[in-house]
This record gives sequence, structure tokens and C-alpha cells, in this order.
Amino acid sequence: MDLIVDNLELIAFYAFAGLCLASALAVISVRNSVHAALFLVLTFFSAACTWLLARAEFLGIALVLVYVGAVMVLFLFVVMMLDVRTEKLREGFIRYLPVGIVVAVLMLMQMVVLIGVRRMSGIGLADIPGKDFSNTEAVGMKLFTDHVFGFEIAAVILTVAIIAAIALTLRRRAGTKHQDIGEQVRVKASDRVRIVKMPSEGKPEVRQ
Amino acid sequence: MIFANPDLDLILPELVLLGGTLLMLMVDLFARQNGRWLTHALALLVLAATAGMVLAQGMTLTGTAWNGAYERDVLSAVLKLAICLVSALCLIYSRSYLADRNLWAGEFYLLVLFAVLGMSILVSAGNLIIIYLGLELMALSTYALVALHRDNRRASEAAVKYFVLGALASGMLLYGMSMIFGATGSLDISTIAATYGANETTNSLMAFGTAFIVVGLAFKLGAAPFHMWLPDVYQGAPTAVTTFIGSAPKLAAFGMAWRLLEGALGGLSESWTDMLSLLAVASLAIGNLAAIMQTNLKRMLAYSTISHVGFLLLGLIQGTPDGYAAALFYAICYALMSAGAFGVILWLARQGFEAEDIDDLKGLNQRAPWAAFVMLLFMASLAGIPPLVGFFGKLMVLKAVIEAGRLWLAIAAVVFAVIGAFYYLRVIKAMYFDKPEGADAMPAKDRGLSIALSANGLAQLGLGLYWGPLIAWCLRAFS
Repeated sequence: MDLIVDNLELIAFYAFAGLCLASALAVISVRNSVHAALFLVLTFFSAACTWLLARAEFLGIALVLVYVGAVMVLFLFVVMMLDVRTEKLREGFIRYLPVGIVVAVLMLMQMVVLIGVRRMSGIGLADIPGKDFSNTEAVGMKLFTDHVFGFEIAAVILTVAIIAAIALTLRRRAGTKHQDIGEQVRVKASDRVRIVKMPSEGKPEVRQ
Repeated sequence: MIFANPDLDLILPELVLLGGTLLMLMVDLFARQNGRWLTHALALLVLAATAGMVLAQGMTLTGTAWNGAYERDVLSAVLKLAICLVSALCLIYSRSYLADRNLWAGEFYLLVLFAVLGMSILVSAGNLIIIYLGLELMALSTYALVALHRDNRRASEAAVKYFVLGALASGMLLYGMSMIFGATGSLDISTIAATYGANETTNSLMAFGTAFIVVGLAFKLGAAPFHMWLPDVYQGAPTAVTTFIGSAPKLAAFGMAWRLLEGALGGLSESWTDMLSLLAVASLAIGNLAAIMQTNLKRMLAYSTISHVGFLLLGLIQGTPDGYAAALFYAICYALMSAGAFGVILWLARQGFEAEDIDDLKGLNQRAPWAAFVMLLFMASLAGIPPLVGFFGKLMVLKAVIEAGRLWLAIAAVVFAVIGAFYYLRVIKAMYFDKPEGADAMPAKDRGLSIALSANGLAQLGLGLYWGPLIAWCLRAFS
């Protein structure tokens, strides 16, 4: 029992990390794209939990708020609206699976040989800070002092994203019907109604 | 509260570039379609001002700013000047092409200038985060540029391919960086270099991170076997965009490769030199052999890029200042040659005619002898025929390779360069000895384009005869 209590953090880490990997695998293997998006939410959530375990509370919560709360919900909307037929996209999956597994196993072996799992034990988590240590404050201090240059570049990148998004989506297609409110307000009766003077017709002749 | 000294005077070129670009954004919003000249002139002015700022700071100025995040040295100054020059040439070449295809919009100039800003940050980055951010700024702008021609299916396909593979490469690079960070506990390039070897247990982790970084770099440079995106993107993108992404970003990628491999991971040079020599030989082989089969000029030049990247990597492998200087010289010359070769395609294209097949050039000498001669200069320079500058680039790299005692690499490079000469000469043959077939490509009447392109072509000859100052600056960048 003591063993479990002592290693609670480690157990929690393996549980969350395992869940994260399993749900990431599910993202690329389930057939239904809505389910895939939901599994992606689970992946983000488990990743956020491992961050919490690493005492990065602020980043964990930001991940949940931004990715789960905003990005993935939008993504789900898009997936639901598009009605993508994924069965066709997945036809090659089984066919290429053996090759993929061979490559994956080779890469895993390389990693194990190169890093050596035991030698990794030299690298641990950084010192555990005290109770009155504020994560948010630390992130803020780092971001706005040491990394302020990078922060500004990130702002420029967002500007580029806006420009690119507008350049690629804003267009006037011929034949689309859209309202021009200014035109509607300025309109005069004479623009809409045309009074045509016509000579009145004579009495129709009654045929006998 | 400690606020780092911002050292704004060191990043003045970037500030001028960013300020000018944002000003251009505002001006362009209010410009009418026939006032697009203003945007065009302003973009060239901003590039000139940036280059002028680099010169005003002094080429030999060195220093770091923002806690080491920004590094100003001779290498960054040389690369920034070259990037500004090549980008300005690309803008001049593209104007009439864009105007003919309803693409002459402010967004093109804005995205090009933002990409230049990204490159400029990338070549003077002193920290892994800044490298990544500069790279992404450059990459995002170029993805959007490729997709700019929205109604063209080829361009859209190329953009998606570029975006997905670019994201994959960024992921690889980031993964490698995270391992380096895990092993050294620092993002600073100088600290990483100092930390290597201090702790035996982390050295293998660093080697592992290096492998991922090399893969990411190879993707970005377009070295075989990570070159699959390159031919499709070069062919699919509008030629004006291909001209840009085929020239200036190679300079930035060289700067990034040097900062990461020599700057941060110099201690692991024996592990990355072997990886790079494999990449270099593969690029030389695949680039040159595949280019022979191409009938599309843009695709052929894309494969030729792969082979030139192989030469660039050969210079990096040596790990000596001479080798780096040769690679830098090669990168600058290649950017000029590549911009020029694509520039000729832009010159010959007109509304509804892309002039992108080799057959379109048949008999060009009879119709437009000057255009044919300019193209001849570029093709001969790309092939490495003396006295053009491409020859001296190759010579310099080969000299460094032989001095470093890697004779087999030099032999392989020469063999593939000779094979490569074939397809460049085929273009020259089509222009001078073949009879015209239907197509009647004629150079566009755009004075700015013809003057800039002719100057670029003659510069191939001029630099080939008088390459002393350029190579002197390249050597100073690494001493």
C-alpha cells in the first residue's frame, strides 16, 4: 500500500501519458471523423494533465482553455458541417500497415539503443518549487523579460496569419447575391417603380 | 522588476523592415488598382532602406541583444544584404507577370516582405526559440504566397503539399530542439555549445536531437531524400512566387543550418558530418539524374535546386571556416542564378502563356537574341562553366572538400556536376539550334524587368571574373 502512496505521482503520470498515447492512436485509426476529433480533445486533455503533474499549472489550464475550449470546438463544427467520407481516405491504411510497423519498430530500436533507457535516469525534473511559487507569475516574468523578442515576433506571425487568411478567403465571386445596405437606404421610389404611359386600349370587339 | 536593455539599435534593420511593411499595409489599403505602383515602389524602398540600415550599422559590427536572442555578426550582415538584394530582384521580375494574371495585389508584396523579415530574424537568431519563430514567419508567408493563385488547382495542390510537409519538418526540428533543451537545460546557442561534453549522460540525447534537427533542416533546404515536395511546389506555384521561394529562402536556410550545426552543435560535428555527406551525395545524384528527364523548365530547375543544395551541404560538411565560406559564396551565387533563371521564364511569359516548357524556348535566339543570351548566361552559370560565377562556387566548395581529405566526395560531386551539365546545355541547344515550334515566346516589354534581369545576367559574368570582394566578405564572416 505504501508503495502506491509513495509513487502516486509516477502512477498518475503513466496513466495520463498512456491515455494520451492511446487516444492519439485512436485519432488516426477510428473511422468516424467526429469521433477522431473527440479523441483529439482527450489527447489534449491528457497532455494537459501531465503538464499539471510537472507543476506547470498555468500552461495546463491554458492548453485546456485554448485547444479544448476554442480550437477543437471550432474543429468539431467544421467536421460536422463538411460531412467528410473518411472510409475512402482510409483504404490504404491496412495495406501500408506492415511497412509502417516495420519502420516504427526500427525507429523505436534506434531510440532505445541510442539513448539507452537506463542512462536517461540521470535527467530528472527540475527542483520542486515551494508552495508559494506562482506558476503564472513565473511564466509572465520570463515571457516579458527574457523572451520579449520572441513574444514580439509571435505577434508579427499572427499579423501574417490574418493577412494570409484574408488574402486567401476574401473574394468577390460572380453571381453571389449579397446585400448592399447603403444602396438599399439610398434608393428612391423613382429607381424602383417605373410609370409607363400607355395609350388606353379601346373597347374589345366582341366577336359574334 | 528587471527589464533587459532592449538594445534597439542592433535590431534597427528589422525594425525598419517591420515598420516599412506595416506602413505599406496601410498605404496599400487605400491604393486603387492602378495605384499599385505605389506599393511596388514602396516595397523596393523598404528593402533598400533595410539593406542601407545594415550598411549604416557597419558590416563588421558584432554584438548580441535581447539576452543573446539576437546575434549580430558579419555572417548575418552579409546574408541580410544578399537576401534584400535577391528579394528586390524577385519583386522587379514579378510585376508584369502578376499584372497579367490579376495577382498584382498588395498581399503579394506584404507576404514577401514579411518572409524577408522572417529570414532576417532567422539569420541572426541566437536562441532556439528565435530560430523557430523566424523560420515559421518565413514559412507561413511562403505557404500563403504559393496559394495566392486561388483559382489554379495546381497552385492549391502545391500549397497544401508545401504546408503539410513544411509543418512536418517544423515538427521534426522542434522535436530535436526539445531534446537539445532537455539535455542542456538551455535554449541559448552559445550556452548549448558550452554545455556539450560537460555531462556524459546527456551526450547521447544530444546526438539524438541532432539527428532530428538534421532531418528538419534537410526538409527545409530540400535535400534528398527529403526533397519530394520541391518539384511539385516549384511547378505548381505561380512562377513569380517560385522565383522568390527558390532563391532568398535558401540563403536563410544556410544561415539557420550554420547557426544550429556549427553554432550550437559544433561539438557533435562528427555525428552530423556523416549524415550531411549522405544527404549531399543523395541530393547530387537524385537532383541531377531526375532533372535530365524533365520537359517542364520549372520542374527541371526544381531538381537542379536539389543538386545545388547537395553542393551547399558539401561546403558545410568540412567544418572549417574555408568550407563555410565556400558554402556561403555558393549560396549567394546560387540565389542570384536561380532568381535569374526563373526571371527569364517570367520575362517570356504573358497572359495565357506560361513559357514553362523547354520546348517553348525553341528558336528563341532568332526572335529575341538578347533574352536568349541572358538565359544562356544563367544556364551556363548553373552548369558551372568558366568564367561564370557558378564555376567558381563549385571550385571553391571542391577545394574545401579536397583539403578536408574527403576525396571520394569531391569525385562524386564532379561526376554528378558533369551529368548535370547535360540538361542545362539542352536548354541552350533548344534556344540556339532548334527550330521554333508553334510557341512564340517573346520577352515582355517591361523596362525595369529587362534592365534588372540583364544586370543579373551580366553579374554572373562580372562576379565570375571579379569574385575577390565577395569571397573576401564570405571569409570574413567566419573568421
